[in-house]
Amino acid sequence: MKAYNIIVLAKQVPDTRNVGKDAMKADGTVNRAVLPAIFNPEDLNALEQALRIKDQFPGTTVTILTMGPGRAAEIIREGLFRGADGGVLLTDRAFAGSDTLATSYALGQALKKMGKIDLIIAGRQAIDGDTAQVGPQVAEKLGMLQVTYVEEVKELKNDAVVLKRRLDRGVETVKCKLPLVMTVNGTAPECRVRNAKLLMKYKRAKTVTELQKENEDYTSLYNDRPDLNIPEWTVNDIESDASQLGLTGSPTKVKSIENVVLQAKESKVISNADAEIENMMIELIKSHTIG
Amino acid sequence: MNNVFVYCEIEDDHVAEVSQELLTKGRSLANQLKCNLEAIAIGHKLDGVAQQIIPYGVDTLYLADDKRLSPYQTLPHTSVVVKLFKEEKPQIALMGASSIGRDLGPRVSSALHSGLTADCTSLETGEHYDKKSDTKYKNLLYQIRPAFGGNIIATIINPDCRPQMATVREGVMKKEILDPKYKGKVVNLDVSKYVSDSDFVVEIIERHMEKSRLNIKGSPIIVSGGYGVGSKENFQLLFDLAEVLGGEVGASRAAIDAGYVEHERQIGQTGLTVRPKLYIACGISGQIQHRAGMEQSAQIIAINTDPEAPINSIADYVITGDIADIIPKMIKYYKKNTK
Repeated sequence: MKAYNIIVLAKQVPDTRNVGKDAMKADGTVNRAVLPAIFNPEDLNALEQALRIKDQFPGTTVTILTMGPGRAAEIIREGLFRGADGGVLLTDRAFAGSDTLATSYALGQALKKMGKIDLIIAGRQAIDGDTAQVGPQVAEKLGMLQVTYVEEVKELKNDAVVLKRRLDRGVETVKCKLPLVMTVNGTAPECRVRNAKLLMKYKRAKTVTELQKENEDYTSLYNDRPDLNIPEWTVNDIESDASQLGLTGSPTKVKSIENVVLQAKESKVISNADAEIENMMIELIKSHTIG
Repeated sequence: MNNVFVYCEIEDDHVAEVSQELLTKGRSLANQLKCNLEAIAIGHKLDGVAQQIIPYGVDTLYLADDKRLSPYQTLPHTSVVVKLFKEEKPQIALMGASSIGRDLGPRVSSALHSGLTADCTSLETGEHYDKKSDTKYKNLLYQIRPAFGGNIIATIINPDCRPQMATVREGVMKKEILDPKYKGKVVNLDVSKYVSDSDFVVEIIERHMEKSRLNIKGSPIIVSGGYGVGSKENFQLLFDLAEVLGGEVGASRAAIDAGYVEHERQIGQTGLTVRPKLYIACGISGQIQHRAGMEQSAQIIAINTDPEAPINSIADYVITGDIADIIPKMIKYYKKNTK
């Protein structure tokens, strides 16, 4: 039976869904320290789709590719715990300040080093930017077909896939050949949970940088258990044109950031007392706002 | 050359609402920049679309009409737009932040190495001075959107790359016909020169498009709930109030993420933008992304257990308390005072 080489694009993001009042510092900058860093939710939906294909086609390999700072190795481990076969952390100061286009260029150049790829699967969008741009931009960079907003892989046979897409106002079922970049919606099945055996197996999977930080003698581990080594690729590990990387390679620039100063209206403050609520309803009825 | 371009989405021979809104915005940007407004429509049987598009003040409309170009598919539409942009070199290109625009826009920007900003809530023109290179830029597009975390608004610019691309959600911009008799030119593109057979590799097996079941945007009264509503069951209170008042139920993203109500009800930057007569915000703290979608409501009632909730500052009525206590009272006194 056919086996596939699948790459899952994933991102570690601050959990913007649970932003509390302390998320902003007094000076108006984001207080990253209080926001937990998580596996971008739709990238987990993407991982599940990859793992389902692996279930169906034994011998298929699922590799996570993520770009980010050193600690983003956490989501590669998380992926290993759930059934991925490996992961690559693309990390370098040269990538700092990348907008979506510079990000997709760097990812595209890394993907070119990952052998013959049958399927690249990414979440539709990341919750910290909500742009949904990186998937299609990577596809274009690699000259590959893209299918966005996938909710279900209905069939994979003879290198052709049938995919159900969730659109703004409907659904569409399409058929096309691999290779392909697909982006997966949050409405797709949730990712399976961590597997206890895999957790035991991979809890010591680390990048060299992590091992150095923990003062572990990593050379023996590196040699004895290559599967526990999470490769880190820097700018020197991919072929790239420096003018397309990082801040320099980003066509979009942030001109200014403004704190939101609320134009406070004159509000009427009302308690939950019956009379006050009745008065409000009468005012709204009289002004023809309701009724 | 150097004009403002709008990609018009066509649904069943009609120009999508969001495209009409962008044409209106495009016209005003073209006026500010003293250039022309141009548009592209790609599809099949496009005979009727020129009379829908030109009145927004479109000087040149490009049509790519071919049976294979409808419904929308990524590769052929990308090929047409990329080639046309290479020929016409627009300075600005606008697309809807829709299923189509969010599929097409990044692809085009990647091919042209141009910057794209998603989900803008405002588009303006202005200058920029870059200290590092001591360069002064004039007439840039300011792409304005709430950014990370929600308490900041970012202004994004593309100083050097063209076109400056932006997507905008439906309902954010206002649509307004400029002149029903506006004189614009229609250019029919020779499709075979813009697409190749290798673009048609996706077979559409089935397609079900439905008109939205909900009409939240058109509703004069919206009862909207946030994470503070607490549960799917508690949302029933909001449905009860909406029914009595003749309104619709909306929700903040946090409530959607928590699974309280369906995604179509989301109000805010990445959902619907609404301007009802009355917006009743229940258990919504009022992050900027949410306010971007509702702050133009004529009247706002905010019900929150937290007296310091940011939404209170834009509300006309601030009620501090539990919705389970307050909503039934609102229903009771509405009924009592309307017989």
